[in-house]
Amino acid sequence: MAAAADKTRERLAVAKTYKLYIGGKFPRTESGRYFKLTGRKGAVIANVCRGSRKDFRNAVVAARKAQPGWAGASAYLRGQILYRVAEMLEGRREQFAAELASQGVAARAAEKEVEASIDRLVYFAGWADKYQQVFSAVNPVSSSHFNFSVLEPTGVVAILAPEDSSLLGLVSNLAPAIVGGNTAVVLASESRPLSAVSFAEVLHASDLPAGVANLLTGYREELTEHFASHMDVNAIVYCDGGRRAARQIQSLAAGNIKRVVERSGIDWSKPGAQHPYLIRDTQEVKTTWHPIGT
Amino acid sequence: MATPENSLAFDGGWEYAPAPESTDHVKIDKRYGLFIGGEFVKPEKGRYFDTVNPATEERLARVAEADGADVDRAVKAARKAFGPWSRMKAAERGKYVYRIARIIQERAREFAAIESLDGGKPIRESRDVDVPLAAAHFFYYAGWADKLEYAFPGRKVKPLGVAGQVIPWNFPLLMAAWKLAPALACGNTVVLKPAETTPLTALKLAEVIADAGLPEGVVNIVTGAGETGAAVVEHPGVDKIAFTGSTAVGRIIQQALAGTRKKYTLELGGKAANVIFADAAIDQAVEGIVNGIFFNQGHVCCAGSRLFVQEAVADEVIQKLKDRMETLIVGDPLDKNTDIGAINSAAQLEKIESYLEIGRAEGGEMFQSSCAVPDRGYWCRPTIFTGVSQSNRVVQEEIFGPVLAIQTFRTYSEAIAKANNTPYGLSGGVWTDKGAKIFKITQNVRAGVVWANTFNKFDPTSPFGGYKESGVGREGGLHGLDAYLSLEA
Repeated sequence: MAAAADKTRERLAVAKTYKLYIGGKFPRTESGRYFKLTGRKGAVIANVCRGSRKDFRNAVVAARKAQPGWAGASAYLRGQILYRVAEMLEGRREQFAAELASQGVAARAAEKEVEASIDRLVYFAGWADKYQQVFSAVNPVSSSHFNFSVLEPTGVVAILAPEDSSLLGLVSNLAPAIVGGNTAVVLASESRPLSAVSFAEVLHASDLPAGVANLLTGYREELTEHFASHMDVNAIVYCDGGRRAARQIQSLAAGNIKRVVERSGIDWSKPGAQHPYLIRDTQEVKTTWHPIGT
Repeated sequence: MATPENSLAFDGGWEYAPAPESTDHVKIDKRYGLFIGGEFVKPEKGRYFDTVNPATEERLARVAEADGADVDRAVKAARKAFGPWSRMKAAERGKYVYRIARIIQERAREFAAIESLDGGKPIRESRDVDVPLAAAHFFYYAGWADKLEYAFPGRKVKPLGVAGQVIPWNFPLLMAAWKLAPALACGNTVVLKPAETTPLTALKLAEVIADAGLPEGVVNIVTGAGETGAAVVEHPGVDKIAFTGSTAVGRIIQQALAGTRKKYTLELGGKAANVIFADAAIDQAVEGIVNGIFFNQGHVCCAGSRLFVQEAVADEVIQKLKDRMETLIVGDPLDKNTDIGAINSAAQLEKIESYLEIGRAEGGEMFQSSCAVPDRGYWCRPTIFTGVSQSNRVVQEEIFGPVLAIQTFRTYSEAIAKANNTPYGLSGGVWTDKGAKIFKITQNVRAGVVWANTFNKFDPTSPFGGYKESGVGREGGLHGLDAYLSLEA
């Protein structure tokens, strides 16, 4: 962080309070709990909000409320807003690189992760008004009907973000969900939670409507069951976490027949890690019939 | 009931002479084994169950009950067949599937008669809908076999392996076709479990598959009830599960598959809203309502079982609907005049009748047509409930019978709010003369299939499947291929 530089000017750095991002606001966890994030020499970097079940439920309410409006926004607008997110992140490259470094990412790798995150946002921004054309169909039915299938967002998506790739992995899972008109509630990396909170500030400055993306920090072990079992969540995307967690998530998801998407063991820095099938994972196919002629 | 002032008279002396489909051309064996490894074999434990004609309550045949060991045999046969089948030149694989389509067409009359005998559906429907659509499904997917790389841009496709498929009793042959055709075209092998009340057309399909010369073990058919289905779902040698049935069982399956890495598609229950706006062509809408809820005795997951009528036309629509219901003929499924056949089983009839009780107990006003029904067999007259509200069980729960719950609405937004007030999201219908309104409502109804100024239409090229608790994945069309392939970079 900028603390060292400030020291030479004999000025005390103003440390940031890292909070949650729910419904376009930055509340502390309602539970009042926190966990300490410490740096290499054991110094405290931040007291991070230990989000609760109640925080998650509040986030789902915000996400549900925002969903129809966001899905109804034009694809062009959704693309521009995602592009705007990339612009905002570009302007804060150094801050994000430093923050990643403070959480144990090597300096050069941190820079590359920030750059790749920006480029990934641009990539998905570009898909906003294109994936529909790639994945839709006009179906040549035998009867005298016009029949077509389009993609629609599945609704509210809960995301358990990757643990190691705390910024790029977060972006790579959040962007394809929201570019397709879903709203999302994301649990950030537990060991590197700071980038998610700072990324929420970037989202907040990008005209993304309140509630479209909600970011929580906390213990994955504690929150997984709530992410997987909530009856007003339509899909759960989870990254890594092992077989036992996978079993728990899939089993609880059956409560309301959630769509379950597992993304484990993916190197998010590889070019192959970005493709439109990540968008399609949280889309529904809707088919409409109408008679031709009378 | 129709009253003299406002309705048509149906007592004018018109009687339909019986027009039964003959069954002398149909051959049903006394006893059926399991179709495993290309031949009919006896079940390990030697247990058989009856399959009954629901219109006469008479036994049609004895059918083998597969247990875990039988299912294991079937999965092993499918596994053994998978290598050669998946490596076969795709065009050749497609030609086998084409053969199945052609043989079904050749034997269409026989299949239709057996479907009506075993399941109780009117011969008009099995003849004109179920069997032709089943053949069409095989024909459609056969052509995909050597074109799969065009279906998913930027991906390489691979078959999954052995598919375990569990299908329901409402469209026995058609559901078998929906499941088998894409699975085979994509290079998978299959263990299929038909429903216990309607196994015969699937077993006849086994004959077709053998006649078509498919390599042994590519398709295996194991009959039995829920335990047999569970054995298929839980078998570790199965790579993919495709299930059509109730949401309750779908939930159990999704739970059972947790942590297994098996891919799955679930096509589950529904409680579709059929929305009639005041500007709709009312007579056509009434036909659509009838088709929506009384097609196949209402044994349809996408049935239009919740009717929403705009207040201005509610009285007219309901009166016309009652009049139309009086013309519906309930009875012998094999009679070509029959509109509504037999309820599929005694258990299903009991369930439907319990909902009629519930609907009345909750304060709904019930109307049934006054037609005569046969003495023997399982029958339910076409039924509507008015005076019900969103919280009534006949409005919320899937009845799977010829029972319609009617409510009214005033505004567009009220219609949408009521239509979407359900955990289901399989299908929906809208009737209006305004194009813009159609597009608006089709965008806002949270369901996988929306019929605008039509209802209950199906086609092999048209993806089918639900939002929310109506299931996961699509069957039919290009989108239906996804269920049977793994997509790789």
